[in-house]
Amino acid sequence: MAMAQALPHDATMRTADGTPLKVALARAERREKLKAFALVSPLFAFIVLSFVFPILVMLYNAAHDPDVADNMPLTIAALAQWDGKDLPSEEVYAAFVTDMKAAQQNRQVALIGKRLNYEISGIRSKVIATGRKVGALDQPPFKEAVIAIDPIWGETETWATIERSSSAYTPFYMLSMLDMRQAVDGSVERQPQERRIYIDVLKRTLGISLLVTLMTLIFGYPVAYLLATSPQKTASILMIFVLLPFWTSLLVRTTAWMILMQDDGVFSQFMSITGITWLLNLFGQIDGSPRLFHTRFATVVAMMHIQLPFTLLPIYSVMKTISPNYMRAAKSLGGTPFYSFVRVYMPQTLPGVAAGCLLTFILSLGYFITPALVGGPSDQMISGFIFSATNNENNWGKASALGVILLIATIILYYVYNKLVGIDRMKLG
Amino acid sequence: MKKLSLVLAAALLAGTALATTARAADELTIVSWGGAYQESQRKAFFEPYIAAGNKITEAEYSGEIAKVRAMVEANAVTWDVVDVDTQMALAGCAEGSFETIDWGKLGLDKAKFIGGDVTDCAVPNILYSTVAAFDTSKTAEPANLFEALFDTAKYPGKRALQKSPFVNLEWALMADGVAPEEVYKVLGTNEGVDRALKKLDTIKKDVVWWTAGAEGPQLLADGQVVFATSWNGRFYNAIKNDKKPFKIIWDRQAPDWDFWAIPKGTPKIEEAYRFISFASDAQRMADQTKYISYGPANMDSEAGIDPAILPDLPSAQDNLKTVFYPDPQFWGDKGDELRERFNAWLAQ
Repeated sequence: MAMAQALPHDATMRTADGTPLKVALARAERREKLKAFALVSPLFAFIVLSFVFPILVMLYNAAHDPDVADNMPLTIAALAQWDGKDLPSEEVYAAFVTDMKAAQQNRQVALIGKRLNYEISGIRSKVIATGRKVGALDQPPFKEAVIAIDPIWGETETWATIERSSSAYTPFYMLSMLDMRQAVDGSVERQPQERRIYIDVLKRTLGISLLVTLMTLIFGYPVAYLLATSPQKTASILMIFVLLPFWTSLLVRTTAWMILMQDDGVFSQFMSITGITWLLNLFGQIDGSPRLFHTRFATVVAMMHIQLPFTLLPIYSVMKTISPNYMRAAKSLGGTPFYSFVRVYMPQTLPGVAAGCLLTFILSLGYFITPALVGGPSDQMISGFIFSATNNENNWGKASALGVILLIATIILYYVYNKLVGIDRMKLG
Repeated sequence: MKKLSLVLAAALLAGTALATTARAADELTIVSWGGAYQESQRKAFFEPYIAAGNKITEAEYSGEIAKVRAMVEANAVTWDVVDVDTQMALAGCAEGSFETIDWGKLGLDKAKFIGGDVTDCAVPNILYSTVAAFDTSKTAEPANLFEALFDTAKYPGKRALQKSPFVNLEWALMADGVAPEEVYKVLGTNEGVDRALKKLDTIKKDVVWWTAGAEGPQLLADGQVVFATSWNGRFYNAIKNDKKPFKIIWDRQAPDWDFWAIPKGTPKIEEAYRFISFASDAQRMADQTKYISYGPANMDSEAGIDPAILPDLPSAQDNLKTVFYPDPQFWGDKGDELRERFNAWLAQ
């Protein structure tokens, strides 16, 4: 400051070529920033393309459904005048006939049917049949003729559903993934009993993930302790046992479990001879028959085997950094080994435990192939339903909505976790 | 910098090379059901077609018609010819997933094909049947199909069924006492579907669900199940080629067609027509019976069929005694709804 005051007003500091120093500095800094940005830009572009963009598309698809809006433009325009109480007027039916003829020509009738069928079960086949028959109608009045094709066109609920589906955006998918639906009057109600499955599936997904996380912690923690405290030579051999399965493909390990879990498989026989199968039956972990394959138990065991290194390794690397002096100090101050371990050692491993558990839990949420191969139909997790919606049902709205549910569940968990443990305390080593 | 651009160029080149191997411009992609069936098609159609100077890429699927719909909707069709069953042909046709077949362009007479008029969008190739089978070395022959599938007291153990409502719902209703000719009337109502699922509930915990046709015979061979369903050709293959002591239960066999269909918007529609025309030749279709026990849809093929295989075809008189013909139109219309109900039931 003193220097600036000493210099004449126009005598700003300049570089050799006469540009003010401030400008030159800013320019150099910008160049550095650009360079740094250029270095990360491939990764940035990759993340945007492969992560951010698909998630945006998924969010969009979960609420976007233009099948009815695109294929029934005239009907929807005509329905705008409808009071929603009595049956729509002749104009609506005339517009409907024109729309259906066009849709039949473009082979879009089944799409209309599919969309409406999500809300009125069984209407798909009626829409298709109507599409086939509507070509014969060329003289008004259309109202009676259309109702004569199928009485479903004589119900106000059908037209209310068409009107509700007229916007290209719909809460339908998100609601149905929460086992809810819009009633005729637009209010939200629960699905009928036989269609309520997704809340159960969500609970099941969270439950299995939690169980797998707990089991990997119970099994992994002592092993990590052993690894961290054994002499170097023993530790490296033990480490191989942990890492070797870790390096083996997930699919290979799952297939191996399929063979072990089969009724005459090694694992099944071992479990049955030792009486563990009998015990599991006692606690309702398997379905009553003395079989393990295609059960919840098999799913959890196989997932646990795959996830164990993910929980164990962060704990191990944190344990490695804990000086043995703390335990010695605790013992010299009169603590029993157990007390010292619980009060002095364990709290220091918490950041590793937190990291390992979060990693395993979030990875478990997305499991698909392991439950599909070793689990039964009632052990399938959300990802399995996303697979079946995209691959077998071609219902991308449903798949996206399930994806959104999974995303929200993960974000909420992350938030709660951050509040409880603090994400900055997490350590991967 | 120069080094970097060289590396980049190399990477780009490698990428392009990979993309080209994946799908060369003149290769026709043909998708079928894998296993013994695709093997028979390979010997009867694909290999002679390649020998005639054409290039094809084979792919396999398990009937996920949604993949075809997704391709057509995204306007990125990479499958040129697909082997589909009847309900898929009908549903795909109604939804605009398949090209309308121009029989004149194929140079074939539609009237000569059994099932030629079932749909406008596909060319029938074979008649197959969904059946159950058991291992004669382990299991005593059941009196009928329903005893095999539903009598868990007499035949304890698991059953392998297709993870699909198709045929399973019909069998469940018939096992529950519905007359065969009444099945679709009952199944057309919500109560009827409930009734079928309730019957399946009685064996739900005893069922292993399969998706690929080869799994049924495999599960049976591994001793994982006492009865398995599959398509009759798959069991025939296990009996004839793998020498398994299996026996097919022809009671309530459910015959159906397989078709060749062309996904709408494929850039190789001309080649697709050429292949279907090639594969629909009477003699070539008769040749396929040397490898698998499916009946050719081309009536002119009859003369060329290997007589040894006749008793193993679904159409053999002995096998037709208690046949149940599924209604393809019913499934084309209601398949999606029933699949959804079925999947919800499975997950509960």
